[in-house]
Amino acid sequence: MSRHTINFTLNGRPVTADVGTHQNLTEVLQESFGLFGARESCGQGLCGCCTVLIDSAAVTSCLSLAAFADGSDVQTVEGLADGEELSPEQEAFIETGAFQCGYCTPGFVLMTRQLLDENPDPDDDEIKHYLSGNLCRCGAYPEIVQAVRLAGEKRRAR
Amino acid sequence: MAETSTTTVGQSYGRLEGHAKVTGRADYIYNLRLPSMLHAKIHRSPIGHGRINSIDVSAAAAMPGVHMVVTGEDVKTVLPEPYYGPAFHDQPILALDKVRHFGEPVAAVLAADPHIAERAARLIVVDYEELPAVYDEIEALDSEAIVHEELKPAGTFADLKHLSGRRDTNVALDFHLRLGDADKAFAEAVHVFEHTFRTQQTMHTPFEPMVAIADVTHDRAIIHSSTQSPSFVRFELSRLLGWPESNVRVRTGHLGGGFGAKVYVKVEALALALSMLAHRPVRVAQTMEEQFYTITKHPSTFRIRSAVDDDGRIVGRKCEVWWNGGAYADIGPRVTQKSGFTAAGPYDIENIDIDSFALYTNRPPAGALRGFGIPQLVWAYESHTDIIARELGIDPIDFRKRNILRDGRPQAVGTIVEDGEFEPVLDETARRLGWDRPYDKGEGAKRRGRGVAIGFKASISPTTSSAIVSVNADGSVIVYCSTVDMGQGSDTAMAQIAAEVLDIPLDRIRVVNPDTDVTPYDMSTLGSRSTFHMGHAVRLAAADAKEKLVAMAEEIGMPEGSNAPLPELFIKKFGMRAGTIVGTANFKPDYAPTDPETGLSPNATPFWMIGATGAEVEVDTETGQFTILRMINVCDVGKPINPAVVETQLSGAAVMQLGFTTTERMILENGQLTNPSLADYKVPGIFDMPVIMENGMIEAEQHNGPFGAKGAGESGTFGVSPAIANAIEDAVGVRIAEMPITAEAIFRALRAKDGAPLEED
Repeated sequence: MSRHTINFTLNGRPVTADVGTHQNLTEVLQESFGLFGARESCGQGLCGCCTVLIDSAAVTSCLSLAAFADGSDVQTVEGLADGEELSPEQEAFIETGAFQCGYCTPGFVLMTRQLLDENPDPDDDEIKHYLSGNLCRCGAYPEIVQAVRLAGEKRRAR
Repeated sequence: MAETSTTTVGQSYGRLEGHAKVTGRADYIYNLRLPSMLHAKIHRSPIGHGRINSIDVSAAAAMPGVHMVVTGEDVKTVLPEPYYGPAFHDQPILALDKVRHFGEPVAAVLAADPHIAERAARLIVVDYEELPAVYDEIEALDSEAIVHEELKPAGTFADLKHLSGRRDTNVALDFHLRLGDADKAFAEAVHVFEHTFRTQQTMHTPFEPMVAIADVTHDRAIIHSSTQSPSFVRFELSRLLGWPESNVRVRTGHLGGGFGAKVYVKVEALALALSMLAHRPVRVAQTMEEQFYTITKHPSTFRIRSAVDDDGRIVGRKCEVWWNGGAYADIGPRVTQKSGFTAAGPYDIENIDIDSFALYTNRPPAGALRGFGIPQLVWAYESHTDIIARELGIDPIDFRKRNILRDGRPQAVGTIVEDGEFEPVLDETARRLGWDRPYDKGEGAKRRGRGVAIGFKASISPTTSSAIVSVNADGSVIVYCSTVDMGQGSDTAMAQIAAEVLDIPLDRIRVVNPDTDVTPYDMSTLGSRSTFHMGHAVRLAAADAKEKLVAMAEEIGMPEGSNAPLPELFIKKFGMRAGTIVGTANFKPDYAPTDPETGLSPNATPFWMIGATGAEVEVDTETGQFTILRMINVCDVGKPINPAVVETQLSGAAVMQLGFTTTERMILENGQLTNPSLADYKVPGIFDMPVIMENGMIEAEQHNGPFGAKGAGESGTFGVSPAIANAIEDAVGVRIAEMPITAEAIFRALRAKDGAPLEED
């Protein structure tokens, strides 16, 4: 199993990691950096629990080989809050109760961030379309749609 | 108990762990790593039933980086009787002599690098002699294939003892209920109806897969597990070890979903054995695929017959239910009995026969899944009830109301119904659906229809919950209980109850994660029992603490009702900020066991859960494709401790059952599961939601509940499946009797109705 040294930006800070060719980004974030907000569940890029932003684009990190992260800008859910101050998306998920077990929540929060970056005022159909690649086994979808709407309002008010 | 006014209870507070969950910092066991920990990967059976001739682990053991390869025989060197299970001691930690289902664990490889363990596990070679297998619950009744040569009941449940040593049968339990004289009622009946309904095998798919890390040293076993049953896991592992329970510690964090998958022992016994053999911490973490081999929801066949008089009164009902329990009993025998006794539905019927059978087959094991068998039963009895109403020309709501159970009447098991809001739930569903208004069913290819269904469930009984509430010298409070928060919001509810009793703000209360070294006994987090049982235990423990605080105030001469702040009380008593006041309680509701002959009990449950669904569908008659235009879920929720959280439980339960109704199905071909992945086993996504979904709560005081509350985690599942089937019949006149309801099934039924049936596959 050959190895590579990669350099990338992780939540705003430059980092270096020694990774195996076979290792996906989820595993490297967990084992090299202790970040567990992106988590593997289905292992096939279908549930979205492992979502991270690479160069501002949401990807399923369980299907992303870590070696390819070399030179990129990676953002995880741990990078969203500014210290104790939560991001508007995070606040909105809490205020609308848009999660139950919480395992899929970081993925939905990051997708919401990216959606609102692209489209500050999406309607319900646009929200559903954008989030259709993420699954919530607790079935919190109605509250998640509300959370995205509220997050949009919060961002527009800031 | 009549609690008239509350301040904290009854308020919709946000979940206590919200911040941790949105920042990715929640403490799931799947994310835990220990120093010097090894990863285990499992080699699994590729066949449904076979004798193990030999296992060759040499290539796997020789792979660089492999620490150890372990088989069932190796497990016996540390745990001589390595069989576990809550009802039967039938499940080996790793297969011994035989494999009984596809995906059964046969051997495990340990390595520091999980990738090495995974690759080595594929190098294990097992020689099997394949045996005849049985996958269908009806065929299992008299099949040549016998899954277990001898039944081995665990002894935990009195009503299973008679099965001990029974040989050459796949019937793991038979439950019978006899009320009145059903034979006579049928002989005299004006109308008799008979139908058979089936349900498919499905899986919980919690997104945090099942995981346990065991760390065994000398006389101490520490198990970190994503479990719903820390107390039971401690009990069962200490039994396997022959150790006192105090030597075994089982702790958990927040769970990334459970839904019944994580009750009783799942991967903990294997982790324990591997750690004993390796003398290192060992992590057994399943993949999504592996979960499908571990525990599932029972497929079922239900033959239901009703005798009905000319006034539309159901005078007799005969129910025969066969539960496909798969290769290991797990809690299936409890499903057979506890759910079995409600098989005739929420109706006041004087003559009832129920025969409910737990069957072993060569499928992956089946256990509890959100409703504990109830959704399978409601699928049958509410489809059946709807067909009867339509055939008799009686409005389906009216027909149900003529027969519905009401307070003061005995349910089939013989227990008098109290605080069962059956009729209000039905009425509210009809009201929200606009049942009395004219309804446009459409013309041309797309037709619309409406349907309702109502189901109910008894709480599992008798069970015990214990709690400790300790008051710190600064007046803050810690609640110790073994109820596991897997997303249902129990931590928040328990904190609200303690805050209410002690009259302190919610933000001064901490609820400790279950840890059997710290948190006292609880039967398990299952069956919507926690709010009622643990809610009472926390309430009583908080009241106990409060009494001690009052006594302390008297002792130090504070006038009664002085309302001195708690910190002052402690300083005055102990001379500084010191000391702890500890309140404790055990709670167990009254119960009377069912009679072994008649299956009847005067007190089978402390409360009833009731849920109904109203559905409106549009069906494309040219393709069978259908859209759920509206889904209305109405449940009797007692007085909710936290209304917002309760509503998300109703809604989430209904969404989950929608998946089981329309898209989810485990497909076995020659005993091999062909779709153990979210790619081919489709759980509901955001586009699978009904166009409109509403939830209605009937908030009625449960007289014996904590602050009038009752359980509500499963009620939203009950009516979903038959309501949709009933709406489809209303729309296009075809009846789907087997789940899941798919476009193909509808299209086939439409073609058959038109006299041009499609060929079978």
